[in-house]
Amino acid sequence: MSILIDENTHVLVQGITGRDGSFHTRQMVADGTKIVAGVTPKKGGQDLDGIPIYNSVAESMQKHKVDATVIFVPPPFANAAVREAADAGVPLIVCITEHVPVNEMLSTYHYVKSKGSRMIGPNCPGLISPGKSKIGIMPARITRPGSIGVISRSGTLTYEVVYALSEEGMGQSTCIGIGGDPIVGSGYIDLLELFENDPETSAVVVIGEIGGEDEEAAADYIKNSMTKPVAAFISGRTAPPGRRMGHAGAIISGGKGTPEAKVKAFQDAGVPVADKPDEIPALLRARLS
Amino acid sequence: MNVQEYQGKELFKSYGIPVQDQIVVTRAADAREAAEKLGGFVVVKAQVLVGGRGKAGGVKLAKTPEEAEQRASDILKLTIKGIPVEKVLIVPAAEIRKEYYLSLTMDRTSKSLILIVSAEGGVDIEELAVNEPEKIKRIPISIDTGVDTATIMPHLKEVFGTDELAAEALDTVQKLFKLYTEKDCSLLEINPYAIVDDGHLMALDSKVNFDDNALFKHDDIQKMKNPEEDSADEAVAKEAGLSFVSMDGDIGCMVNGAGLAMATMDIIKLYGGEPANFLDVGGSSNPDKVVTAMQIITGNPKVKSILINIFGGITRCDDIANGLLTAMKRIDIQVPMVVRLIGTNEVEGRKILTDAGFEVASGLSEAVEKVVKIA
Repeated sequence: MSILIDENTHVLVQGITGRDGSFHTRQMVADGTKIVAGVTPKKGGQDLDGIPIYNSVAESMQKHKVDATVIFVPPPFANAAVREAADAGVPLIVCITEHVPVNEMLSTYHYVKSKGSRMIGPNCPGLISPGKSKIGIMPARITRPGSIGVISRSGTLTYEVVYALSEEGMGQSTCIGIGGDPIVGSGYIDLLELFENDPETSAVVVIGEIGGEDEEAAADYIKNSMTKPVAAFISGRTAPPGRRMGHAGAIISGGKGTPEAKVKAFQDAGVPVADKPDEIPALLRARLS
Repeated sequence: MNVQEYQGKELFKSYGIPVQDQIVVTRAADAREAAEKLGGFVVVKAQVLVGGRGKAGGVKLAKTPEEAEQRASDILKLTIKGIPVEKVLIVPAAEIRKEYYLSLTMDRTSKSLILIVSAEGGVDIEELAVNEPEKIKRIPISIDTGVDTATIMPHLKEVFGTDELAAEALDTVQKLFKLYTEKDCSLLEINPYAIVDDGHLMALDSKVNFDDNALFKHDDIQKMKNPEEDSADEAVAKEAGLSFVSMDGDIGCMVNGAGLAMATMDIIKLYGGEPANFLDVGGSSNPDKVVTAMQIITGNPKVKSILINIFGGITRCDDIANGLLTAMKRIDIQVPMVVRLIGTNEVEGRKILTDAGFEVASGLSEAVEKVVKIA
């Protein structure tokens, strides 16, 4: 098992004809993902390497069983694309697009919940259950099947940790980038709970960064509700307060979101915090033995 | 994006939130004229995008137009937290009977907008939140359904005391909500929100932040941009779609992804080095961005070595490699570089760079160790 996606997940691509959308669709197919259809308005009837393209999500769902959708549309249209997928009843919506207007996403967040769908992202690399399925943009070749769950607010930093795990022979059950924005569809706690309940996951890595208090809340959850070992890494220890470090969510302001508070929260919860991504495998191994 | 106090108040005014008459000047002589127009007895306030200007001597009372000119002259010579004061705001000196605090922002944890209100205005709200949290009310407001009068009124009555003042505050809250949602704000703060001479509530200061991701929708807000918000380098970077923050060290960094860029800086420090900047070349694959990034990094005379750390996901290593070669042709790069390239299309990317004589590392710790050594 794995969480959220596996070899039977049928995936739709919204924004399949764009530069990034088409490139990563081909990558996903090469990585074994079952891409059943794509959506680009006004391009219905065309295809991408034989993958049929439709004008809307609803239209594609009349022809195909869709378990998940991945969104590559440009920022001005990303909220509408998420809502369209929720309206059509797609259970899992993964929004890769970055620079999505935050207030619109706040409203979209509640809309998606009200429709009963689960959203990952925006501004995220997606997720992969190695050897089974990949939704998004993570480079599959650095992953390997196994039992470590990975949750991260960052994209490329996730790769760094996954790479370190794979190099040490520690494969992954599922790796998820939750996104670097202030409002994201699924947070640490939602996913920690899934990993805790997944029989194939033996331990979890949480990769956090400065800004907000989500890591502190995650630490609390781990302390009270997790039986599986967890290790963490926090980026932004050298970031100056008051400056937004790329991600809309990564800013230390009003004395909140400091790396010290996050490291302390994890340590208080019995979660070891690595100084460098390549220290993670050893920390986990010590806890697993 | 942040704006100056006077710009925030102009926005408040356009939404019907009570503010004082105000005049902004850049020369001390104009301050005298402005003070005359505003009745002579005025406050002269430095317009800078950083907090703590009062403590830095950036806010002064002036009893006469002559005094206003003198005060303006003093304040225009100040540099507050590294930012030279270029504008001062002149407002009438109000007789303040009581100061409150009012702000509207987003709460990430509850996934809601949040109205923050306190009867202890004029103070540092963050200090108050730590020391006397019971004096601050936090009232959730749905971004979809807006201000619910029935929920909010009891809180406002408690804070403001009378029905009349609570009704005035409610009116301001409704207008703040309208401004917040229509202009895609991320913070609207009035501190102090004060009862002045005439017994009514008024915004005596403003702090307004906008969501950068939504600026494309608002030409009017973009026009309010103050160039001093970004350093010259940061402005160039933003124009090119790069995320850049300058730091004090000597190791230039170009990284893809904000999280990895922060982690790279952290690891440089761990190995005893000091990063010169945070630079995220972003999630898409555009060789031109690499050229601009290299121009910005090498334009900093403090930079003694450069670390390029790319872990390709949506970014393709071959695009980065091509961009780097183009940059080398266009600009004369004198400082040594360490390139670490891994992920999507890394084989192609590495080949391009090794064919061109670059040394390419694959481990991050190894790459950082090298770049710290040569800095």
